[in-house]
Amino acid sequence: MKLKVTRRQAIAAGLASVGGVALGPKSLPPTYGSLLRMADNLTYVAHRALLPQEALVKEYSEKDITSFPAIGTTDPGASGPPERARDYSRMRSGAFADWRLSVEGLVARPRTFSLAELKALPSRRQITRHSCEEGWSAIAEWTGVPLGAVLEAAGILPAATFVVLYSYDDYANSIDMLDAFHPQTILAYGMNGRELPVPHGAPLRLRLERQLGYKGLKYLQRLVVTNEFDDGGQKGDLANGWSWYTGI
Amino acid sequence: MRRMSRHPVWVRVSHWITTACVVTLAYTGVVILMAHPRLYWGEAGNDLTPALIELPISRNYKHGGFDAPVRFFEDRATPVSASRTYNIFNKNGWGRSLHFLAAWCLVVPGVAYVVAGIVGGHFRRRFFSGYGRLQGLTYTLVVFVAAPLIVLTGLAMSPAITAAFPFLLRVFGGQQSARTIHFFAFLALSLFVVGHVVMVVRSGVVQQLRAMTIGE
Repeated sequence: MKLKVTRRQAIAAGLASVGGVALGPKSLPPTYGSLLRMADNLTYVAHRALLPQEALVKEYSEKDITSFPAIGTTDPGASGPPERARDYSRMRSGAFADWRLSVEGLVARPRTFSLAELKALPSRRQITRHSCEEGWSAIAEWTGVPLGAVLEAAGILPAATFVVLYSYDDYANSIDMLDAFHPQTILAYGMNGRELPVPHGAPLRLRLERQLGYKGLKYLQRLVVTNEFDDGGQKGDLANGWSWYTGI
Repeated sequence: MRRMSRHPVWVRVSHWITTACVVTLAYTGVVILMAHPRLYWGEAGNDLTPALIELPISRNYKHGGFDAPVRFFEDRATPVSASRTYNIFNKNGWGRSLHFLAAWCLVVPGVAYVVAGIVGGHFRRRFFSGYGRLQGLTYTLVVFVAAPLIVLTGLAMSPAITAAFPFLLRVFGGQQSARTIHFFAFLALSLFVVGHVVMVVRSGVVQQLRAMTIGE
């Protein structure tokens, strides 16, 4: 038996699949016509369609903990616009008692959380591997509150599809609901049994274990729940030439 | 009357798609490696842990740009944290996306080539009896050992894929081991490509290119 596929059929099927990704609904990152961004979206769609959605990453034991380089911003009090640097330094000298995480957008009760309020919510401790896009990796223990618990405490609405995160060092990022409610997606305030150190994102950072390290935004300031794709515009990954989805 | 083709059309088409993809994968793979030209063995490895091999392929080679290390635990000398003070070379944004674009383009012709080769008896006829023994063995190693190895070690570096299929980490001894094997599979395949091109040139480049394009 011979399977017959004409050249015209093959080309039509190819164009249709590329088109489906390029012209996708508001639930996909924009491609701006870039083949690279179309390939990123194909990876995202394939992962969401083919991989088991609740799979957990491997968790390690304490003896597996390794050294951990801090890269990018390592002290928002010493870089960036002077006003924000001063704000951060002031909060840091007060052990972040004045720091607040704002949760806004598609939530029934927009509000802020202090560090003490976040620590009063259920916590999770996990020893996981951080995979940096540069090629290196490191294993550390993280303690924090599941992001899903924070979103529920603010009354997340059913229309929500993305959570946009903003940081003190002027970056932004976003994740979909599947990642936001994944059990290992936590807002970490502790690292290796201590308070989260400043070079690693004090007082609060995202741990997004099924994607590359740069998605785990440090120095969190604000979460905005949306119902259409938004990765923070000029502060986001796409505007800076980086893939939005990095499950890889 | 048409003369009989030297290579079936599906071999010729998949050969040139594969060529374009492999060249792109090799180029972007080196670009990605230049951001962190250190290889390790095990689950994890970084600038603050010992390397298996350091490759002198970018200004990031032994850059040494870290401030003083700080211990995480009082009772143990390691592990430590240190902040990077060096502005590294890093073109991974487009490099990685182009690497995966080429990898996606290779999926359909790659799978079609292997399935058609097994079902149609192409591998049996050519690899195991048609070609010389050394040539047959080399092609067999490339198609059935090096190619699957480089695909699987690539997948073993992905946090989302290994969450779904943790056996990939166990098989290769960790994510950084997989990265190191991925690099050596790249070296082996590069050697094959060099040998392959030399053989084509020595056996008559015009005739061989005709055979692999118009098929005569």
